[in-house]
Amino acid sequence: MSDFIDILLTAGFWAATIRIVSPLIFGTLGELICERAGVLNLGIEGIMTVGAMSGWMWVYQGGDLWTGVLFAACMGAVFGLLHAVFTVHLGLSQHVTGIGITLFASSLSYFVYRMLLPDATTPPKIVPFQPIAVPWLSDLPIIGEALFTQSALTYLALLVVPMVWYVLFRTPVGLAVRMSGENPVAVEAQGINVLAVRTGAVMVGSAFMAVGGAFITMSWFDAFYFGMINGRGWICVALVIFASWRPGRALLGALLFAGLEAIQVRAQQSAGAFIPYQFFLMLPYVMSILAMIVMARKTKYPQALLVPFRRGERV
Amino acid sequence: MSNPPVLEFRGVTKRFGTLTANDDVSLTLQQGEVLALLGENGAGKTTLMNILFGHYQADEGDILVDGEVLPSGSTQAAINAGIGMVHQHFTLADNLTVLENITLGTESLWSWRQDQANSRKKLAAMISDYGLVVDPDAMVSELSVGERQRVEILKALYRDARILILDEPTAVLTPQESERLFATLKSITAKGLAIIFISHKLHEILAVSNRIAVLRRGAIVGTLETATSRREQLAELMVGRTVTRPKLSAIKPGDLVLEINDVSTGGTGATELKEIDLTLHQHEIVGIAGVAGNGQGTLADILSGLRSDFSGTIELNGQMLAAGNPRAIVASGVGRIPEDRHARGVVANMDIWENLISEDLRSDEICRAGFIIDGAGARVRAEKQIEDFDVRCKGPDAETRLLSGGNMQKLILARALSNTPSFILANQPVRGLDEGAIAYVQEQLLEARKRGAAILLISEDLDELMTLTDRIAVMSHGMLSSALPTGERSIAEIGLMMAGHGDQGGAKPGSLADGH
Amino acid sequence: MVIEPRETVSVWRAGLAPVWAILASLVICAVLISWAGASIPTAYSLLFKGAFGSAFALNETLTRSIPLIFTGLAVSVAFRAKFYNIGAEGQLYAGALAATFFGTGLVTLPPALMVPFLVIMGALAGGALLIVPVLLKTHLKVDEVVTTLLLNFVVLLVVSYLIEGPWKDPASLGWPQAASIIDEGVLPTLLAKGRLHFGLIIALFMAVIIWLMMRFTVQGYEIRAVGHNSRAAEFSGIKVNRTVIMTAMISGGLAGMAGVSETAGLKGYLTLDLSPGFGYTGIAVAMLAQLNPLAVVPAAIFLSAVYVGADAMSRAVNIPTYIADVLVGVSILAVLCSVMLSQYRIRWRA
Repeated sequence: MSDFIDILLTAGFWAATIRIVSPLIFGTLGELICERAGVLNLGIEGIMTVGAMSGWMWVYQGGDLWTGVLFAACMGAVFGLLHAVFTVHLGLSQHVTGIGITLFASSLSYFVYRMLLPDATTPPKIVPFQPIAVPWLSDLPIIGEALFTQSALTYLALLVVPMVWYVLFRTPVGLAVRMSGENPVAVEAQGINVLAVRTGAVMVGSAFMAVGGAFITMSWFDAFYFGMINGRGWICVALVIFASWRPGRALLGALLFAGLEAIQVRAQQSAGAFIPYQFFLMLPYVMSILAMIVMARKTKYPQALLVPFRRGERV
Repeated sequence: MSNPPVLEFRGVTKRFGTLTANDDVSLTLQQGEVLALLGENGAGKTTLMNILFGHYQADEGDILVDGEVLPSGSTQAAINAGIGMVHQHFTLADNLTVLENITLGTESLWSWRQDQANSRKKLAAMISDYGLVVDPDAMVSELSVGERQRVEILKALYRDARILILDEPTAVLTPQESERLFATLKSITAKGLAIIFISHKLHEILAVSNRIAVLRRGAIVGTLETATSRREQLAELMVGRTVTRPKLSAIKPGDLVLEINDVSTGGTGATELKEIDLTLHQHEIVGIAGVAGNGQGTLADILSGLRSDFSGTIELNGQMLAAGNPRAIVASGVGRIPEDRHARGVVANMDIWENLISEDLRSDEICRAGFIIDGAGARVRAEKQIEDFDVRCKGPDAETRLLSGGNMQKLILARALSNTPSFILANQPVRGLDEGAIAYVQEQLLEARKRGAAILLISEDLDELMTLTDRIAVMSHGMLSSALPTGERSIAEIGLMMAGHGDQGGAKPGSLADGH
Repeated sequence: MVIEPRETVSVWRAGLAPVWAILASLVICAVLISWAGASIPTAYSLLFKGAFGSAFALNETLTRSIPLIFTGLAVSVAFRAKFYNIGAEGQLYAGALAATFFGTGLVTLPPALMVPFLVIMGALAGGALLIVPVLLKTHLKVDEVVTTLLLNFVVLLVVSYLIEGPWKDPASLGWPQAASIIDEGVLPTLLAKGRLHFGLIIALFMAVIIWLMMRFTVQGYEIRAVGHNSRAAEFSGIKVNRTVIMTAMISGGLAGMAGVSETAGLKGYLTLDLSPGFGYTGIAVAMLAQLNPLAVVPAAIFLSAVYVGADAMSRAVNIPTYIADVLVGVSILAVLCSVMLSQYRIRWRA
């Protein structure tokens, strides 16, 4: 037990938590934006893979880091558009389409990676985003190292949470997005194109997911491995439910999970002798299921989630 | 007619495949007038308004606003031209506030902030101008039906509508709320706005409009001045022949069939039942009047076997009702016509014969060896039911989704009435049907009454209840009044009781039968 | 753009929808092949030869289709009830765990009993894995897609723990694998040469059983009714939750059988690479089969051929084998689209 408290008190633990939380923030916010507009996006796992591969590959081929992030976001948006064409415009099953997108996007990423690097036996590396120490603030004890010695992409993740909140709850376009997830007919009746709003939301959300994936290969690690997303996308879907579709709570949930993962890594080192490492690796998945159980009775789903909208449909 | 019309339809035609929904429709609307658009269900009223609002594009013809052609296929263009629509099914998001619902789409989507102070001011002014009282910060889910309609009207007015279209606005209101709506409409036209009032209720149209356009099978069959129109003439124009909806014949009630005793579902919400008592006898149709969402659905669910979480007792022919078990309830002699054909009544993607066996799927007649469906036997039975109830279809193997609304309802009647139930629960059995189908359904109910069935008819249409029931009870906020013989309470009295103002349960000598 | 339902859907149009989907998928993959610098006809003919070109190839293709038939059936039953079980991968491993637990010496029966015993135990284990997700769906309305997906990861870690720890075969020279299934429990091979085994017979038998059930029984009727319109099903007296739970058990059971068949039929012992994603490919199988249990068989053979053929093709013309996975993903999307187009028409103006 005292080991455990020791872990919580180290700056390294908190720094790791904040680092690990970044992809979860991007992924969860991306999914949240899609679902607020009424579209479940189960393509998230594949779209994060696309982001991880394409951002990394951009840099590996000589591009710079920030345009790599932008490229990953664009690729995410492209797959988001594909998802939107199927689920929003054609009104097809959001569940099945999402799974199809995930299988397609991840296998395409692997295919492209192998195409471009056919002979690589050990994954080649890039120079990833480096930690930036914020002057003065980074000298603070513990939180200095935890919060203010992170990579630029992590600062961006933390900045994006209030931005998404503001756009969703304080701007006309955010109102249109939320209304599309509650009652698309009402949106159409006010002269706003629901299909366009939903398409836009899914594309933006997917771009977020892809940036989350890119963080893993461009900031957290420095190479692309097969299967490196490893269910993080699904955890984000669970986190959205846990967060009741609220950006602030999504940040809290993501922090909780990142903390869990950071503890897990450290506990493995100290307790690995007694408890097999597989049980530590299981924690995030089991916790995700538990999180959904805990929130199940309380949450208010967007009322039009999973409901396709067809203009002027005759019942 | 010196002024140019504010709105004009010129030869608008719309086809869906082989069906012509609107056939060369021409109409004009003058400033400050109320034009009633009269037509039965399926006559093409809603399609016409969907074209006006850009949800559909017309195949032929134009719509002109102030003499200028309205671009087709654009809701935004219609709104910008000053057209506002109050939909029959409210287009509001329950989990957002009134203000959010009203201001959606009024500001540029690319603006970085919402100007809430300004919108509040504008809304407050309109609320006091038109007497449309509603709290801007309330969640829509907390509002009553009447308040929701006010929000819908405010939504249109907020966008500076000069032409207001109301689609069946009184369908969900009490008579008093309807009166208040009519007064609001007067104050709106007094300010120079023009209104199109869509309805199939003759007395309302006569009360509220200046002119009446009658739509039948997609075409305008007459445009009349309200002052010189008569009810019978309008009815005939609307349906195309003399309408004879079936009437009750006097039959003496027989033995007790259903006895509901002190049924409550706990809780204080409007849909929770509070100590309900009701008895039904053979040869009797008892109506339940009330605004939707006042517990009728809960009572129907209980009687259908969908809910068993209630206190009190329900006895059917002296036996306790098999609460929570639809199949046992059906087997004990109950026929059920659900409120929503599409959602509850049929599985549209399954065949007709399959839908006809859904209620007695596990009975010995259908089920062999405990799990195999006797498909051949079921089809033979289905053929007979299709013939008996005049379901127009290609046969038992046709897909149910291809049936028209009327035929779908006949299918449900066939399933519910074939085995001569002693009690029939009919929840909004004619909603959304055309006159022919309405007459058919009502005849079937009267036939069952003659045979000795007891029938509970739940309806929001007071006219229907007045002509079709032996007794009427009124439901409000989960409470049920006593069921007095039809005609002992006036429509106005029933309206007050629907709004929760009447004396619940007390027998009040009838003042007058309004005769609608 | 307006989408209108077609008033009649001809049998031809409906039946051909998966064929169009397959053609579309092949065209999309052709783009990738030509990007890789290979000639498209050469690549596809290599793929075809690799899958069907010899007795050996055909044998491999059929062998590989066995788990896909099971998982395809599992998915098609579940999707019929709109229970989106994406956990066939995990349930497959649960079945394999059960086969390993009971089949490596704990129980010894004569072969005629041992094989059915292992199959039943595997099916029970596969179903058991779905108990939590299905109860969460029916009682708490928790989306089953996410829970079944997450459980896949959990089960794999359990397998990893067991075969590296308590179940590790001491004779495996350090490789993480479990002990071999005892001879009585091994599914016999069907032909003198090749790996094709008795699992195929079980899989075909299950396809027929499930088809009969869906079409002619009360249970099948209830599953379809709940899937198409659960509120109407409830109104007519079908116990919706019970039906969904039963569907989940059947679905999980079928996926569990795939695990038994792979462990006791193909490999002989449990490893972590027992399934290269058969559970996920099962979704594509079911979609291509339009959820029809009998059509699952050709759909499974087709996708198995794609995998087997892609191996051969990539060896010959240097195209990454991931092309097969791409085709599986694309085919799910393509079949969604083509089935919709067979039932609806799209017009570009209102």
